[in-house]
Amino acid sequence: MAGSIRILDNKCVGCTLCVKACPFGAIVVENKLARIDYAKCTLCGACFDACKFDAIELKKDIAATRDLSAYRDVWVFAEQSNGKIQSVTYELLGEGRKLADSLGMNLCAVLLGSGITEKAQDLVVRGAQKVYLVDKPELAYFQDEPYAAVVIDLVNRHKPNILLCGATTIGRSLISRVAVSINAGLTADCTGLAIDPETKNLLQTRPAFGGNIMATIISPNNRPQMSTVRHKVMKEAVVDASRKGEVLLQDIAAELLKSRTKRIKFEAEAETTVNIAEADIIVSGGRGMMKSENFAILKELAGVLGAGVGASRAAVDSNWIAYSHQVGQTGKTVCPKIYFACGISGQIQHLAGISASDIIVAINKDPEAPIFKVATYGIVGDLFKIVPMLTEEFRKLLKK
Amino acid sequence: MHFIVCIKQVPDTTDVKIDPKTNTLMREGVASIVNPFDMFAVEEALRLKEKLGGTVTALSMGPPQAEAALREVIAMGIDKGILVTDRAFAGSDTWATSYTLAMAIKKIGDFSMIICGKQASDGDTAQVGPGIATHLNLPQITYVRKIEEVDDKHIVAQRLLEDGHEFVDSPLPCVLTVVKEINEPRLASLKGKMAARKAVITKWTAQDIGAEPAKTGLDGSPTKVVKIFTPTPRQGGQILTGEPEEMVRKLVEQLKDVVVGVAK
Repeated sequence: MAGSIRILDNKCVGCTLCVKACPFGAIVVENKLARIDYAKCTLCGACFDACKFDAIELKKDIAATRDLSAYRDVWVFAEQSNGKIQSVTYELLGEGRKLADSLGMNLCAVLLGSGITEKAQDLVVRGAQKVYLVDKPELAYFQDEPYAAVVIDLVNRHKPNILLCGATTIGRSLISRVAVSINAGLTADCTGLAIDPETKNLLQTRPAFGGNIMATIISPNNRPQMSTVRHKVMKEAVVDASRKGEVLLQDIAAELLKSRTKRIKFEAEAETTVNIAEADIIVSGGRGMMKSENFAILKELAGVLGAGVGASRAAVDSNWIAYSHQVGQTGKTVCPKIYFACGISGQIQHLAGISASDIIVAINKDPEAPIFKVATYGIVGDLFKIVPMLTEEFRKLLKK
Repeated sequence: MHFIVCIKQVPDTTDVKIDPKTNTLMREGVASIVNPFDMFAVEEALRLKEKLGGTVTALSMGPPQAEAALREVIAMGIDKGILVTDRAFAGSDTWATSYTLAMAIKKIGDFSMIICGKQASDGDTAQVGPGIATHLNLPQITYVRKIEEVDDKHIVAQRLLEDGHEFVDSPLPCVLTVVKEINEPRLASLKGKMAARKAVITKWTAQDIGAEPAKTGLDGSPTKVVKIFTPTPRQGGQILTGEPEEMVRKLVEQLKDVVVGVAK
């Protein structure tokens, strides 16, 4: 049994504090006594913390029951596209360095590709002490099966303690396969990573329910401890050209490089736009844009700022802009330095996608729009007037 | 051909409110819905059935009340609903969930394709689809935005990537996870609603699907939640006032350092 929870009826007063604290709706109070619906309970312990009467008994068996000392080092999966290492990799190296230091372990990177050997140095100067390199024509671009098979093989051979991966399309598709194959715990979209000073477990904190609650998760009995992290959440490791690291070219059995799926072709996004998942600034439009052509004024502002163009679901559903630009719960979660919400009312699903932004600027003619409740700066006014003025001012400022 | 769609019942997040006093989620009266992403999977499976013939089975893991989610998709035209439900599944993480669904799919037996939404709106992990593929040792195409061609042997689908999209060919059977762009889910017809009311939902326990206790529920989950807390809600800031020119000037003043920094 991994744990158990029960209500101590002699101490429970039916105060309903636990009912309010339960994020899973698993507790009801009947006849002044709390009752747990075990089908819903996840043993998260929120009720235990909330109870003021010590009326909840929680037993959690989270102590390591296996010898995990053979698992060393912090690994980062180095994602590359067309031979270019993706910036999220550098962010993971920045965070991985802190974890490796607090564990007294090495920071290592895993690089898969074709003709990619010289790129290993890019990882060394960002702090990787070892780079496990697999350079094969079959790995030129991401394919689910061979990439997973190679990472699984390397993990089995070298036994990392922690494996971090970007929460990108590729990262999520790859790492889920790896985690299931090697019986490892995997926590998606972590916004905080730290080492528990006592147990040395990786404390992985992530938002759930659209960011309405945060959960801290551990994998006490399985190694490596695996997490994905979105773009821009962690700070990039800085380049230090004096850093030294080993580049370890790995042999891989030909069998592992086979893929049942085949990529037929790749088509780059038609417009050369900034990827909103990576953008430092995003200019977004909603229902208030009125029609497709009006996005031109947002694109102009974005062009001056070097920003990405985003959109609310309402704008995408009206076919004013492609789905790849959609921000929010059914689109992308973003975390830019500045998010301009133009003509976006701020439905909760949209807010869930933008709440990690440093600064939110709302421009909307409706002073009651919910977006103003979260905006750092709000302008109540006509976006068709305000946005071009902003473009002009920023153009002057940046001398473009 | 036999298509299997995996669906999850989730809270309707439009209704999620934070109790201002306790800062916790108010779950009372929160309606349950079919995970929005799964609706695209359901629609795509129905379109495949219309094109190629065959049947569509919807599969869900959850508490007994998740039966309602299966009835909802039967109303859209799904032929059969199967709910795997057992107290032994409580506390499952994505490893245990994908194992449990994979075991149920093994029991179903014959199928050509498994279609999932790209992720669930409550957990947002996107890990269960690839997890099922791995447990069943099947190829996968994730983030599918369009099916280009399909017959009883193979499929060519467009996968949405950050910088574009790729065309991927996979033999069948395989697992697809789909994004919103792929289609517009249909509404349930009156006839469908009648059928949903009468439909018998098959219910399987852990024993029925031959799931090993050590691989299900909390015991089968490598990850454990140790703490749950409410983040400090984002506070609103300043509403700028004055004539448009003045508001724009004030805003540029506030943003100029960041903007210049990014430009470098």
